[in-house]
Amino acid sequence: MNGDDACCEGALAAGCRFFAGYPITPATEVAERMSHRLPEVDGIFIQMEDEIASMAAILGGSWGGAKSMTSTSGPGFSLMMENIGLGICTETPCVVCNVQRAGPSTGLPTLVGQADMMQARWGSHGHYEIIALSPSSPQEMFDFTIEAFNLSEQYRLPVMIMADEVVGHMNERVVIPPADQIVTVERTAPTSDPAQYLPYQPDASGIAPMANFGDGYHMHVTGLTHDAKGYPTMTAEAQAWMVDRLIGKIRDNADKIISYDTMFLDDAEIVVAAYGISARSAKGAVLAGRQAGLKVGLVKLNTVWPFPEEFFSHLSTKVKALLMPEINMGQMVLELERLAQGRCQVVRITHPGGAIINPSTILAAIQDVFEETK
Amino acid sequence: MSARQNRDPEPLHPHDELLRTDRIPHIWCSGCGIGIVFGALMSAIKKSDIPLDDIAVVSGIGCTGRMAGYIALDSFHTTHGRAIPFATGLKLARPQGNVIVASGDGDLLAIGGNHFIHAARRNIDLTVVCVNNFNYGMTGGQLAPSTPFGAKTTTTPQGSPDEPFNFCSLAAACGAVYVARWTALHIRRVTTAIGEAMNKKGFSFVEILAPCPTAFGRRNKMRRALDLLNFYYDRSVVKHGVHPDEASLDFNQRLVVGKFVDRERPTYLDSYHMVHQREIGDWPTIEHYSTMLAKEKTEA
Repeated sequence: MNGDDACCEGALAAGCRFFAGYPITPATEVAERMSHRLPEVDGIFIQMEDEIASMAAILGGSWGGAKSMTSTSGPGFSLMMENIGLGICTETPCVVCNVQRAGPSTGLPTLVGQADMMQARWGSHGHYEIIALSPSSPQEMFDFTIEAFNLSEQYRLPVMIMADEVVGHMNERVVIPPADQIVTVERTAPTSDPAQYLPYQPDASGIAPMANFGDGYHMHVTGLTHDAKGYPTMTAEAQAWMVDRLIGKIRDNADKIISYDTMFLDDAEIVVAAYGISARSAKGAVLAGRQAGLKVGLVKLNTVWPFPEEFFSHLSTKVKALLMPEINMGQMVLELERLAQGRCQVVRITHPGGAIINPSTILAAIQDVFEETK
Repeated sequence: MSARQNRDPEPLHPHDELLRTDRIPHIWCSGCGIGIVFGALMSAIKKSDIPLDDIAVVSGIGCTGRMAGYIALDSFHTTHGRAIPFATGLKLARPQGNVIVASGDGDLLAIGGNHFIHAARRNIDLTVVCVNNFNYGMTGGQLAPSTPFGAKTTTTPQGSPDEPFNFCSLAAACGAVYVARWTALHIRRVTTAIGEAMNKKGFSFVEILAPCPTAFGRRNKMRRALDLLNFYYDRSVVKHGVHPDEASLDFNQRLVVGKFVDRERPTYLDSYHMVHQREIGDWPTIEHYSTMLAKEKTEA
């Protein structure tokens, strides 16, 4: 099946029962498949009037007790930003899948891009942390969508799946394990007396238990800066308490959240780091480089946000260069540059969008760096 | 000091069980009509037989948007204009819940206008309570989609060149099943209307004309709260059942109030289940839902 369909199946396997969305190439297939699959499992699919409404509706759906998601691409992702911020601030579990196309603006609707990576990180106003995963195959669209739901339920925030047009539209074999082998995570329900319930007071896990509408807790949920009780509190102290917590719950758990795969790192002098479809081009280039006798390794990022800071900081002391191919003019590579702090060379392999980066382009860059650093 | 000590303990307000009393005093100005509507909303909730656990109040941003913050129920204060789509998700995910959207005219019908018309079209089972104070009060009195032609606001200092919406006409045209308009003076009527709207299956709309002396009145020679209330009192004319297009707000002559629409139509979820249970056959040779409803009524 294609990546978009696999995303839908992953969502259903994770327990998604509410989807609100708006058609947009190249993410439409997620919504289309949801529209006939959700009613089969007593879920609700609704096509909203725009992406602003879609994002608002899945936040509502989540507070109604349903695991909720939407899918979109660039222009729709832009429209969702304000309510993604509401989801962050109100700590609402949900999943947003962005099947990236090339921008800016309407850009290349049918062609690939990876240029929304910083928007995923910083697109809504204010300071916060997010979780974003980047699948590079239909199988990972399935697996990572389940993981996205699990992370969103555990850490109470919108989790993004930063896919791309090629991964969304490519057809590959997808193995769907039996239901009893799929691990799913559910939000923690409060156990306190409703009169004593503090909806934003973290428990021992660092995350606040979440009551759903109808559970009898009569909680207040607001996008205003709020205290543990959920009440608007217009002070710098309350702001510090809330923002520290929103950021801390991700940063403090970064080790548990972050996932990446590595190849040939033991003796690598040059390492290519990549995500999404570009990770597959990178793998081809690294394998070819090894065949040519070059000591090159690969880091495939599964989690793109939070970024594996400690890992790359350490790696930059061991290698001559870090290369990052991505279908934008240099976004995630900024993180590498920041973390390397000049300890090793950081090379950008950019592409403005509309096509994937060929393995041969990456191999050529690898060879150039070996030549330069001889 | 001694007089204070001898005072009776603070008497309970009849609505205390529904109020987040620890958040009082509220932010609304003296003379504002929102408190009256809020009181009517709480009365309607109390009078309804709906368990309190099953009621949610969703607001957007603005003065009226703060209602959600003062009611001691599951309550959601969302982003500007997005109360209705948020409430849509809440209702669809938990159909047994009774979801009330309480917000202002600017929130619901300017920035949120698109969501309003589509939720009414789909007949999402929501009760939408709109406090219309003819301006943006929270930000200090700017032009709203309800500001009367020629009225002064901080962004129309010479008078508004905009033609305002007739919200009731818009709601009815989009498919709302219950449409009523009252003023903040009609406390019992407002309470009844909200109660009827809550019990009505489908998209229900109750508009309440409210005084905003602080931001709107003082720029339009109605500086005192009583000026605006008297103005509503003098000009409002009850016309039940009148076509909403005719239910105009002519500030020079009369303000038409009353219950304009009370009709039956399947809700979004009714239709959703009907379609997915393949009960309607294939388009276009299907019976329209209005015919089906008429049949059901005759059979009943």
